[in-house]
Amino acid sequence: MNKMEGQAPSPLPDQVLENVLETVLHFLSSRRDRNAASLVCKSWYRAEALTRSELFIGNCYAVSPRRATARFPRVRSLTIKGKPRFADFDLMPLNWGAHFTPWAQALAQSYPSLRRLHLKRMSLTDRDLTLLSLSFPHFQDLLLTCCEAFTTTGLAAIAANCRLLRVLDLAECVVEVADEEVDWISSFPETQEETHLESLVFDCVECPVNFQALERLVARSPSLRKLRLNRYVSMSQLHRLMHRAPQLTHLGTGSFSASELDPEPDYASAFAASKSLVCLSGFREIWPDYLPAIYPACANLTSLNFSYADINAHQLKSVIRHCHKLQTFWVLDSISDEGLQAVAETCKDLRELRVFPVNTREEIEGPVSEVGFEAISRGCRKLQSILFFCQRMTNAAVVAMSNNCPDLVVFRLCIIGQYRPDPETLEPMDEGFGAIVMNCKKLTRLAVSGLLTDRAFGYIGTYGKLIRTLSVAFAGDTDLGLKYVLEGCPNLQKLEIRDSPFGDGALRSGLHHFYNMRFLWMSSCKLTRQACQEVARRLPHLVLEVINSEEGKADDIEILYMYRSLDRPRDDAPKVVTILH
Amino acid sequence: MGSYESELNLKATELRLGLPGSDEPEKRSCSVRSNKRSSRESSVEESRCKSNVNSDDSTTTSDHDQESVQPAKVQVVGWPPIRSYRKNSLQQKKVEGDGSGIYVKVSMAGAPYLRKIDLKVYKSYPELLMALQTLFKCTFGEYSEREGYNGSEYAPTYEDKDGDWMLVGDVPWNMFVSSCKRLRIIKGSEAKGLGCL
Repeated sequence: MNKMEGQAPSPLPDQVLENVLETVLHFLSSRRDRNAASLVCKSWYRAEALTRSELFIGNCYAVSPRRATARFPRVRSLTIKGKPRFADFDLMPLNWGAHFTPWAQALAQSYPSLRRLHLKRMSLTDRDLTLLSLSFPHFQDLLLTCCEAFTTTGLAAIAANCRLLRVLDLAECVVEVADEEVDWISSFPETQEETHLESLVFDCVECPVNFQALERLVARSPSLRKLRLNRYVSMSQLHRLMHRAPQLTHLGTGSFSASELDPEPDYASAFAASKSLVCLSGFREIWPDYLPAIYPACANLTSLNFSYADINAHQLKSVIRHCHKLQTFWVLDSISDEGLQAVAETCKDLRELRVFPVNTREEIEGPVSEVGFEAISRGCRKLQSILFFCQRMTNAAVVAMSNNCPDLVVFRLCIIGQYRPDPETLEPMDEGFGAIVMNCKKLTRLAVSGLLTDRAFGYIGTYGKLIRTLSVAFAGDTDLGLKYVLEGCPNLQKLEIRDSPFGDGALRSGLHHFYNMRFLWMSSCKLTRQACQEVARRLPHLVLEVINSEEGKADDIEILYMYRSLDRPRDDAPKVVTILH
Repeated sequence: MGSYESELNLKATELRLGLPGSDEPEKRSCSVRSNKRSSRESSVEESRCKSNVNSDDSTTTSDHDQESVQPAKVQVVGWPPIRSYRKNSLQQKKVEGDGSGIYVKVSMAGAPYLRKIDLKVYKSYPELLMALQTLFKCTFGEYSEREGYNGSEYAPTYEDKDGDWMLVGDVPWNMFVSSCKRLRIIKGSEAKGLGCL
């Protein structure tokens, strides 16, 4: 178009298209869709990058902070994951990495509008938290899952400086106690008449909190919906808080045992008054005598977490028979098969079940077994996710579940004894897990256990086409097992294997797929350094971290942690980590 | 490829004498530092060792086995896969008791089995001592603050919350009940050491 004198130039057609594109892309929220859109052409790539406000980084070492902030300049919500899951089980050296500091600095510089930060398995210091609290005036949500290296001092900084704080969720973090016990709850400014707090979760913070300050905080937080207390909050204190916040939807009790007060408060009426409660958790140090207090809330519960409550079948039954709407249930195996049967009878809407062991010894006759497992499968047909620890399980029960619960998306069975066959038939557990991958067509996450031969992996490779996460321990016979999986599962992204006889040949069979994966973990397998070096040479964008307890030792690899990366390998690794490239 | 036959867990169905839990060491353990709280002080030391199963198991990766640390009670590192956070929480509960019985193990020098008793059943030292003497068919003799169980064939001792071995009877009964982790009956001659200081 011609430029007319005195008039501003009309936008070029390309620019119009770009604006339209950006406007449309604003509505695209799924990151997978956005990734696809960004591959169309350069202008789509640019437009997508400018409009992505939620950034997900599944591996903090896959991309450098600089590259991430350069490509996506307008991020408001960021999720970063650090260590691989097996680090939770002490399989990684201390100080392995996943340090948040370089990210904190990059974010402070590049994202002044940051509102939300979710970190998982990262190591972040008080300094990092302080920097966060001072760098983002609009900061609202901080979620830390399985993080460590910070103390209550860092929490105090967040409380004091983030005026718009809406969510402070600390889940299973290791919070060191500062040298002088910092009263972080008191750091929320009292001058603020009303806070914006909607969620306050601190059950993992292992130090006492100033209760008066907490009570005042809750009293001036009218938007508070989620409150999860630590075990230093007593039952009578809980009672007071519930009176202050009857609008709560998610409540995590502190200690659930006798109080010092006499006469004791009417706990049941507090639960009855909290008409919006849908999720209950906590129950640390539980005195089962107090369970009847929660009866009034049971009918509305969709989520109940008893996984820290050592209660028996009888005690569970008194509660569970009221819980008809329950969808998520976490519990200890102390409830035994009888307790599981009660769950199966009442909780017809159950979607997620997790059963944790009180006693992790393998030679005992555990309280839960195939009997309770099968009862659950018969009663809870809508089951989507199960995590089940036990000392004994049969193929028949697992097959039954594969038939009764076709909607399963997550199937994690942990038979505590290594190499345990089916106790009835003495066969391996191949057929059970085979049935799961065959019949549960939506399965994306699988964890196997018990005695397993290569056959089981053959099944997984043949039928597990949607599997993204696979966890293997003490299983398989030869390289073939791993080959079946690497060749057969096109959606595999996270593969964690320990103590299994898979070696170099198996590793090579995954070369075609490793760039599609977030990571591969193999510990105590049969890999050699040469094979790893070969993989590193052939796939230059892979980082292979080899961790041996004695540096410079033999050819055999104790731990291989391998992941794709757009940038050069990290330089913050401890000495026990050797990076092959 | 009948390798799995060698791995059939025959141990699970094995008949043998012995109390539950008194297994022979079958797996190796590691000196990896798993307590995160102590990691702060010792972060310089980056120690970790591998977990190995039976030496004839096909998962052994190295000729030079790093199995130098072999305490009798064994557990494979990181198995079963439960976060330490969860494990620690449950252990805490056990230590604090749940109001329905305080069971402590009782061992005696020279006896092959341990016993367990519920401290809550007894209201005083004389009751407890009587029960112990009956259980183990031994005698304690007179207790005195100065001399302990001087002159008797056996003496009752206990491990308290701090891990110290104390003579039973020195502290008030209630304090004893709340701090006693386990009991051990020792020979009178050994008890002399405790009576001193």
